[in-house]
Amino acid sequence: MNVIFEKSVAGRQGFRVPDSDVPVEGTLPEKYLRTAAAKLPEVSELDVVRHFTQLSQQNFSVDANFYPLGSCTMKYNPKFTEKVAAMPGFAELHPLLPQLRGGEQYVQGALEVLFECERWLCEITGMQAFTMQPLAGAHGELTGVMLMAAYHKSRGNSKKYIIIPDSAHGTNPASAAVAGYEIVSVPSDKKGGMDIDKLKAALTPECAGLMITCPDTHGVFNSRIDEIARMVHEVDGIMYYDGANLNATLGRCRPGDIGFDVVHLNLHKTFATPHGGGGPGSGPVGVGSRLVKFLPVSRVVKRSDGKFALNYEYPDTIGYIASFYGAFGVILKAYAYMLMLGRDGLKATSDHAVLNANYLLHRLKGAYQIAFDRICMHECLFSAARQAALGVHAIDIAKFLIDKKMHPPTVYFPLTVKEAIMIEPTETESKETLDRFVEAMLEADELARKDPEAFHKIPSTMPISRPDETKAAREAKVNYFSSHK
Amino acid sequence: MNPYIANTSQDVSSMLKTIGLGSVDELFCDIQPRHAPKSFDLPKGLSEYEIISYLNRLALQNSNGLIPFIGGGYYDHYVPAACQALISRGEFYTAYTPYQPECAQGTLQSLFEFQSMICALTEMDVSNASLYEGGTALYEAMMMAIRITNRTKVVMDSGVSPIYRKLIRSYTHNLDFEFVETPVVHGQADRSAIVKLLDKNTAAVIVQNPNFFGAVDDHTDIVEKTHAAGALLISSVYPVALGLLKTPGAMGADIVTGEGQSLGLPLSFGGPYLGFIATRTKYIRQMPGRIVGETVDGQGRRCFVNTLQAREQHIRREKATSNICTNVALCAIQAAIFMSLVGKEGLRKLAQLNLDKAEFARRELSRIPGVEVKRSSPTFNEFTVRLPKKADDVVAGMIRHGFAAGFPLGRYYPGMEDYLLVAVTEKRTKDEIAGYAQALAKVLADK
Amino acid sequence: MEIIEHYLYTKEHEWLDLDGEIGTVGITEYAQSALGDITFVELPEIEKEVEQFELLTSLESVKAANDIFSPISGKITEVNDELTADPGIINRDCYEKGWIAKIKISDDEETSNLLTADEYSNYLESLDRNGDGDSSDE
Repeated sequence: MNVIFEKSVAGRQGFRVPDSDVPVEGTLPEKYLRTAAAKLPEVSELDVVRHFTQLSQQNFSVDANFYPLGSCTMKYNPKFTEKVAAMPGFAELHPLLPQLRGGEQYVQGALEVLFECERWLCEITGMQAFTMQPLAGAHGELTGVMLMAAYHKSRGNSKKYIIIPDSAHGTNPASAAVAGYEIVSVPSDKKGGMDIDKLKAALTPECAGLMITCPDTHGVFNSRIDEIARMVHEVDGIMYYDGANLNATLGRCRPGDIGFDVVHLNLHKTFATPHGGGGPGSGPVGVGSRLVKFLPVSRVVKRSDGKFALNYEYPDTIGYIASFYGAFGVILKAYAYMLMLGRDGLKATSDHAVLNANYLLHRLKGAYQIAFDRICMHECLFSAARQAALGVHAIDIAKFLIDKKMHPPTVYFPLTVKEAIMIEPTETESKETLDRFVEAMLEADELARKDPEAFHKIPSTMPISRPDETKAAREAKVNYFSSHK
Repeated sequence: MNPYIANTSQDVSSMLKTIGLGSVDELFCDIQPRHAPKSFDLPKGLSEYEIISYLNRLALQNSNGLIPFIGGGYYDHYVPAACQALISRGEFYTAYTPYQPECAQGTLQSLFEFQSMICALTEMDVSNASLYEGGTALYEAMMMAIRITNRTKVVMDSGVSPIYRKLIRSYTHNLDFEFVETPVVHGQADRSAIVKLLDKNTAAVIVQNPNFFGAVDDHTDIVEKTHAAGALLISSVYPVALGLLKTPGAMGADIVTGEGQSLGLPLSFGGPYLGFIATRTKYIRQMPGRIVGETVDGQGRRCFVNTLQAREQHIRREKATSNICTNVALCAIQAAIFMSLVGKEGLRKLAQLNLDKAEFARRELSRIPGVEVKRSSPTFNEFTVRLPKKADDVVAGMIRHGFAAGFPLGRYYPGMEDYLLVAVTEKRTKDEIAGYAQALAKVLADK
Repeated sequence: MEIIEHYLYTKEHEWLDLDGEIGTVGITEYAQSALGDITFVELPEIEKEVEQFELLTSLESVKAANDIFSPISGKITEVNDELTADPGIINRDCYEKGWIAKIKISDDEETSNLLTADEYSNYLESLDRNGDGDSSDE
């Protein structure tokens, strides 16, 4: 499909800028002006609408396709939450308004949303307080590690490294490194959980803490998690909970009750806010009592007269981690979702997410090698090693599913399992959809045995076949105008 | 009842049978009784209508009716209807990061177009596919300069948004950097102060255009001095202003960042917003965040993929250029749609209209006794006025007249308690501006 | 897997070809095939001093980034500029045209810390036995 610049015709314009109604014309000295207009496209409104509509139709999406991307929780995104976020009273609200004297009374509704959302998340996770500011999961991680550093500094601890299991998301070590810590990686045992003996060996007084996903990316809930927490606390380490997989344990277990000191959640996973093709996300961070005083400012407080206010007066705060109060539009959608589900709906969410994953695990374990032979949580992990021996790799199976109009699961992650295929169906999918997916996976396995060569030609039903990624990386053509002057 | 769960009780029994278990509770056997929640005291669920009524009530408690003259880097521009309509397509907003390019060309090509438009706007070589927002983007730009130069000192002009500066100070607090800010001057960047701070360990000089006071500048001379010291120049820009203003590319900047909210995103009480970053080709591998690149498929057809991924956290883990995973793809696509609609000539006109309205407001306000409109430097759509009273008090008075009158600078600049920063976008009408001037005259006349 | 008889090797799959006081460095057949199509070579700085087994530079392929460690201590005298325009040279000819840097060796005795061709060949076999053989993704 042509890029929009190739549809440009001099003289077209897709938006009418109003005529000026003021009797003056502003001028600037020439040295401050650009010499030529920016080369934006010149197209009509219909051109734009058709271009982006047609582009959108080249995407798979939760609205149109089963999307069992492991560790991403691609559940259905309710439509009514979009309506809420678009309400003018929220959408048109300027973030600096509460910083004017007398301005707070004009943002009471927005502050109530933030305050209540924090309270819900506290009760769901068992933490003492939340900051809604982090703008994505990775941003939450960085905030959490900064809180960890502030805690150790206040105690006069000299801490050097953070322990991270080898099954962790890449953002964990990256966030810890950005915050200035070294990383010590601990391997998993044969059942998929963290190897406790190896953890013991890695724990010294220089350990700042442990970052762990719970349940982890192997889809395993570590039954000894409270014991691990005790060990980490013995060296005055901080237990960090990566909430990427919270969707498995709502109402069954709260990180605050089993020894975690910091958690980050991904509202775009568990709380159904749209992934948007890769953001915007939202990664609120919750803390236990020891870390509350370090939370970033501002914080939303409820005054004795029932009014909400922003408070900046926390002497031990780590400071400012975002320009304002978080991805407010996203938080609003998550809040509306929690109100819809309520206590029982949240618990049912995890029940069905885990049921659906175990159903897939059992239906597929004959054809695909399972990574760990046990009940899984909200996602199940396979290896395509058997198929790979025939020349059909996890990526080939992924492409096969695309031709079946299903989005592939996560492949080649976690790094601990060769030819990994990680499937997270979520609670919002029906048994019929799961059965169709199983059929497609079984068909792929059969084809791998009969005609492995056939995989080289797929996908064949999409606008494009497999792209040449080497060429893309070598040439790095990332700007239309550098190759089309 | 949960309307987002399809499984019926029959489905549940038949699935449990397949699994070989008797109850859903058995699936949670790894969670021991001692792990059970100490509390899970939440209200019962509500219906759509009940929630919409409640949230609508909250929305109505907000600032409806206040006529906004606040900017500070976040502006009340009009968002064309087509922008919202297109971005509301489920195929865009319910997709995820394009890991499988064959079924994600919509997102990928849109992001490629966004990158190209940011390059066109800034006259830089390469752009990424977005970062969280303007402030964190500026932090990432600074870290990028530190990596490229292998130096650790950063010189920040005090005209850079104080919101960004506070944020960067929090991030670098525990790291081994020297972070110096120039003394506050009201107006354009203080050249001599910046030059005095340049030394052999300076990684970058950071400036903003227009700066927080609204002053428009040409930083070409600062770029030359910065380069002579072996450092990089980072410029934070306001995209709508680039419809008219000299580009950071033409000034010779090395890294350009900014807040893209003005490109068709609602103010939405602070987010989600749109950070962007653009740079020279030679620095592309030090640029953080996702980047979309052009290539061909097996049949030689042009297509798009996430590229240069070896820089990123999912490959490099602790050695990555940044910990960023998600960007704000949907906001970037929204901005690309906005820039397509407004187009080449439209953006220039839009910027001119902002300039005209602000110029008119400056003239009207300067006629009020006691109000001093700063004219020491040229401005775009935002400017400072000095008031005969504390700006905080004046703003509180103006709210009673129905105006969000601007941002009192004293909040971030001690000693500037009687200065007010006033923004005037294309949405403010002649009557609103005149009404503002009348109200201000009244508020100032009140004892 | 091709191994050059008179080169020396590291366990990180770099090779060293000695010519008087100058050593040429590159990556082995095993390393290039594990990385897949190489897309970018960050060339080290000329005149830079490097230590044995310390970071020399890094390579990128589509889905991997790999650090290259120097097999020997010394000062870099020359780098292979052709790799900038065509990093695929390493995939096509890793032992000759795909060399990365030349180093003026500061301490001959360090060569005793390196593997001979035979030792390297045995080392590769031991990796295969441990199932760590082919680590390429696709």
